[in-house]
Amino acid sequence: MAHDPHDHDHTHGHSHDHGHDHGHNHAPPQPDDKVHSYYQMLGIAIKELLIEKGVVGADEVRAAIEKRDSITPANGSKVIAKAWTDPEYKKRLLADGNKAIEELGFQMTTTHLVTVENKPGLHNVIVCTLCSCYPRDLLGLPPSWYKSREYRSRVVREPRAVLAEFGTILPNETEIRVHDSTADMRYLVLPMRPAGTEGMSADQLEKLITRDSMVGVAVANDPPRH
Amino acid sequence: MSADFNSGDRVRVREDFPIGHFRTPVFVRGKSGVVTRKFGTFENPELLAYAKKGPKKALYEVRFKQTDLWPDYAGSPYDTLDIDLYEHWLEKAP
Amino acid sequence: MRGPHDIGGLPAGPVDPQPHDLTFWEKQIDGVRAVVGAKGIYRTDENRRWVESLGEDAYERLTYYERWTAALMRALIDKGVLTQDEIDARVQVVRQRLAETGELELPSVEEVKCK
Repeated sequence: MAHDPHDHDHTHGHSHDHGHDHGHNHAPPQPDDKVHSYYQMLGIAIKELLIEKGVVGADEVRAAIEKRDSITPANGSKVIAKAWTDPEYKKRLLADGNKAIEELGFQMTTTHLVTVENKPGLHNVIVCTLCSCYPRDLLGLPPSWYKSREYRSRVVREPRAVLAEFGTILPNETEIRVHDSTADMRYLVLPMRPAGTEGMSADQLEKLITRDSMVGVAVANDPPRH
Repeated sequence: MSADFNSGDRVRVREDFPIGHFRTPVFVRGKSGVVTRKFGTFENPELLAYAKKGPKKALYEVRFKQTDLWPDYAGSPYDTLDIDLYEHWLEKAP
Repeated sequence: MRGPHDIGGLPAGPVDPQPHDLTFWEKQIDGVRAVVGAKGIYRTDENRRWVESLGEDAYERLTYYERWTAALMRALIDKGVLTQDEIDARVQVVRQRLAETGELELPSVEEVKCK
């Protein structure tokens, strides 16, 4: 893949402005206040009843929230940085994602981690068109855009246009491979290691590996210039 | 239906429209692609969704050319889409 | 012929790449569902099925965790864990609490202790 550091820096920082330029004319209809308010109350009502009946424990709900809060994309960045710096680890990650992340203290609970590697001429991007399948056990809860109608509908049909909305422009000769997660496989993109990072340690590299690059809507960040 | 496929086999997705919980999106139904890997066998989510269980189903990764999925595809002719499909949605492509 | 969730390839507007932090309410619904899921009461596949069967209007108008809440209610009633009557009654209690205190929830034990 042609990798122009200057171009990437520019487009990455530009992506949010880009979104505003186009406005949000196509935003999904929001529920009116009464409907919204009803579901807020309903959610709490159900939670309280389940706790009172002993179906769930208040402590269990709290622990579940704390567990979710503790899982962040930084976990994935550690995995990717290790794969960039340890070719044997990369092989193990590609062969059996669940086992490989356990080496670093992370765990998939009920699903299978499948890592797909970006290479010159091949760029992977992940979606779940039917719902919101995402490697939550490694990266935490998906960002709102991943669950949105806009992303789910369009990235399978016009991936290049959607990537451009994230500031990611890829050459036409690069195959873009969209993965629609419909089963128990949870996909992690192994981004390409940026040029100019040869001397960097795994710790330093982790900072370049964004969540968006592990979903495939972006490439890894370039190293800071001195 | 329910044949055992290998990587490289050309398959076609059943073009059926049942009502209920199914894990094969409409946009690939009736389309042909190539099996790229077999993940093993899994509980059938289309039964689990109704709190039922049945025979385990083989799960395949199937690769489609984007230009086969969308006649008006505007991207590169090299672009592809991979999707995980259970055996009972696949048949040998003619 | 497709369900309201089966949207791959349909036309839609631009993606908003800004991530939004979850509210505490959203985290609670996520937490409740995680616990009933881990206990085998209501698995992910069932959640998907109930969300998909809410109908086009609800699927479009409700937010992600509101859909989960609507689905959870249907599932728990279907399974005989809760009844519609007790849910309706509790919603009234929460509504009154909200009107009187401005809070959806009672302060938790820890929060009271901290004061």
